[in-house]
Amino acid sequence: MNTGDLPARCGFRVLVPGEDRPIRGIFTGDLLSWAMGRAKEGDAWFTVMGNVNTVAVASLADCACIVLCHGAVLDSVAGQRAAENGVLVFATHLPEFEASLALAKAMGL
Amino acid sequence: MSESIQLEYTVPGNDFTRAGEASADLKSTLKRLGLPAAEVRRIAIALYEGEINLAIHAGGGQIRVTVDDHQVEMILTDQGPGIPDIPKAMEEGYSTASAQVRSLGFGAGMGLPNMKRYTDEFDIQSTVGVGTTITMRVKIG
Repeated sequence: MNTGDLPARCGFRVLVPGEDRPIRGIFTGDLLSWAMGRAKEGDAWFTVMGNVNTVAVASLADCACIVLCHGAVLDSVAGQRAAENGVLVFATHLPEFEASLALAKAMGL
Repeated sequence: MSESIQLEYTVPGNDFTRAGEASADLKSTLKRLGLPAAEVRRIAIALYEGEINLAIHAGGGQIRVTVDDHQVEMILTDQGPGIPDIPKAMEEGYSTASAQVRSLGFGAGMGLPNMKRYTDEFDIQSTVGVGTTITMRVKIG
């Protein structure tokens, strides 16, 4: 499963496009230090936090992408920083659990 | 590399848009130097936690990084309020962050534990009313 497959397989919308990356796992949660400490390289990160710090954490922790759930908004500074740093961002109206589950099913987990 | 490389960064206080610039810069510098990706990731994460702490708790501070063949050393110094109870501050989940900081997704009480978790050596010296110095080292190879 690659990030480029997410729109077709899970119905996620592209907010910030970028290089197609393999997705190795899933991390779901909103507290940044928990994501820093526990997300693994290549994880798709499901969260409602759409600020610049989320982008920084995703970039430093080498997440495959961010998926903003519950229709949460990506603020303009965060969008700009994501584009600059090559961080892919998707959006969905699904709650975090359901969105994570959709990807897990698509990945055969 | 035959000689060590020194990098210095200044972290502004309470600016959560700029916090992260030092770790992003260090990450790209270390990648360029050809350090292993897993170590670069650990270093970037540990330094980001440190940057955020400087911004949240200390009104800003200084970071000095030394890179040589064997290790990357990061020394973070501030003239902030200091930490009265270091063992307490090292506990996962213990936080003194404000509601405003928590609303940004920080303040989970995982910063110092993450810094220790992701580095090979971690030392913290703090004096209330004077400031805090954190030294972290990550071995290379």
